[in-house]
Amino acid sequence: MRAPRSRLTFSGRSSGADRLFEYGVLAIALSTLVLVWGLVLQMAIDAQPSFDRFGPGFIIGTQWNPNTEIFGALPFIFGTLLTSGLAILIGVPLSIGIAVYLSELAPPWVREPLSFVVELLAAVPSVIYGLWAMYALRPFIAHSVEPFFMSFLGWTPLFQGNAVGLDKFTAGVILAIMIIPTVASVSKETMRAVPDSQREAALSLGATRYETTRIAVLSYARSGIFGACILGLGRALGETMAVTMTIGNANKISWSLLDPGQTMSSLIANDWGEAQGIQLSALIEIGLVLFIVALVVNLFARLMVGRIMKAVPTTGGGL
Amino acid sequence: MSEQKASEIRTTEEKVVMPHRGGNSLILVVGALIVVVVVIAAIFATGVLSGGTKESVTLTGAGATFPMPLILKWADEYYNSTNHKVKINYGGGGSGAGITQIKDKHVEFAGSDAPLSATDSSTYGLLHIPETLGPIVVAYNEPSVVNLKLDGPTLAKIFMKNITAWNDAAISALNPGVTLPTDQITVVVRSDSSGTTFAFSGYLAAISTEFQTLYGQGKSVSWKEAIGASGNPGVAQTVLTTSHSIGYIELSYAKKNNIQFALLKNHDGNFITASSETASAAAAAGSASLPAGNGDWSHVSILDAPGATSYPITTFTYILVYKELYNDQSKMNKTAAKALVDFVWWAVHDQGQSFSSGLYYAPLPASVVSLNEATLNSITYNGVALR
Repeated sequence: MRAPRSRLTFSGRSSGADRLFEYGVLAIALSTLVLVWGLVLQMAIDAQPSFDRFGPGFIIGTQWNPNTEIFGALPFIFGTLLTSGLAILIGVPLSIGIAVYLSELAPPWVREPLSFVVELLAAVPSVIYGLWAMYALRPFIAHSVEPFFMSFLGWTPLFQGNAVGLDKFTAGVILAIMIIPTVASVSKETMRAVPDSQREAALSLGATRYETTRIAVLSYARSGIFGACILGLGRALGETMAVTMTIGNANKISWSLLDPGQTMSSLIANDWGEAQGIQLSALIEIGLVLFIVALVVNLFARLMVGRIMKAVPTTGGGL
Repeated sequence: MSEQKASEIRTTEEKVVMPHRGGNSLILVVGALIVVVVVIAAIFATGVLSGGTKESVTLTGAGATFPMPLILKWADEYYNSTNHKVKINYGGGGSGAGITQIKDKHVEFAGSDAPLSATDSSTYGLLHIPETLGPIVVAYNEPSVVNLKLDGPTLAKIFMKNITAWNDAAISALNPGVTLPTDQITVVVRSDSSGTTFAFSGYLAAISTEFQTLYGQGKSVSWKEAIGASGNPGVAQTVLTTSHSIGYIELSYAKKNNIQFALLKNHDGNFITASSETASAAAAAGSASLPAGNGDWSHVSILDAPGATSYPITTFTYILVYKELYNDQSKMNKTAAKALVDFVWWAVHDQGQSFSSGLYYAPLPASVVSLNEATLNSITYNGVALR
């Protein structure tokens, strides 16, 4: 007996059109590889002067001073990881809540329009989020949210300083808002893909709705939800416009969320226009570092997914 | 057996379906290829078309955003006054971008707020033509304090964070009789590197040796504790919406957004408000010994200029052009070269300068205009002077 897939191979009886199609899509697929390598190579070449001058110390350098031409990436790596971390911390629980409601609880007449709106939010350009954050979100955060946190967390290093609203906190919040549509809609899809037999099995064992969701749905769709979070994290790490407009753009390391900071992408956006010579090269190296940080974070997240999958073996639906 | 039959049937079905599917996919692939070809063709076509037709000339510039409103106004007026023969596109993008693009000969002229280094101007053969000048104001958000008075050393201390509260003794001493609030000062600066920062930090460095050693003059400065906002509009907006803040912007942005700005103590000890007139006074007093157009402009400054009514933070902004306009890369023809020289000539003279005050720039002093005349007369095309 033939395996079901074998009829999908082109074993000698494919037509010329098929072959053209195959090579056509192969070329398009390979072009992405070429593009990525070209990108990395070009950045590496252009970053060479900076790499020669600062060496590996560039990564841990804390100064960014165009006047003395001393450049270091640490404040921006720090800013990127801190704001993205904050975005994940705020955004992921909310996204999963939205996904659980849409997938498990909402009646169809609520689910359809609501899902549509959530997906629509994912398509809003980031400059719109940035403008909204500047004009609408920022005053609210500065006058209400930050003073609230300062009143009982003011003793921690995280909430030192004045509540101005142009800082890492606002940047983290707007990033969270921006990743929610992506994380929620992808999570919802993976939860919808969980077979009903799983839910029925849990319900037949006497599980409550909450328990069914937790045991049958969330653990089954776990790797897909994790994938959704990685997608969200990817967007948060690279987001430029909305962050530049809200983070306060200060090139220094400070643990307080109320102090302005800078991410790698916002630094590039800010400094690019007037950068020349070694500063331009250092900016390109920042771009390379951002690329590597995104890669490392993704690999690390994938590794964690693998670990979780191993610890509790299920046939979860991946992305 | 029956299963095998079923699979045979499926195979037959597939034979019928596949060519159809293949056809659809082929259409998709061909469609995608056509899109790619069209996009590439469009990119090339725009590159070719920007060359323009024979009768009319298009000149392209890029660079500083400081003079951009004025240059755009000039472009408009000049286009009309030449019966639509000479079109000028100015792309902005920042002084650095302008300098890079003129070095690569992608544009015919560049705008820059900061002068080139001596080596750059001699290596590339670029000329400096100061085309306008303007004041940079210290804008603040403290509605209860009208006509705040500041001097250079105090301003430097505020931006160095040596002074952190509005009611600091140094500020009180300059504003007798004014009740200053006890609030902390929030400093707002430019996050992008800019000619505005270059001039402002140049002034602070000229006034305060401490600022000179710790920060120095530059298009971007590593400020100690400050909120950075992008562009003049960004700083204006941030000052406008942040209580107790202080920042530096060009006069036009303060006027447009109705933000109050401080009176500054000038070289002669008078408190001066920023305006076209006080900026012109500073330029007249500070431009007594300017270099020739092809000389070294890197140390030119009209900051903290002497004179009773000179506003202390006034800066030139420059148009950069090649002394020899004939070259193999840009393929600029003689008509375009002549048009460029004529346009700049028009811009630095009365016709062009008359638009400056309305946009809160200051007209060039007569001495600078005659210097620019000499510079423009020295421009050649393939060795032949154009004027």
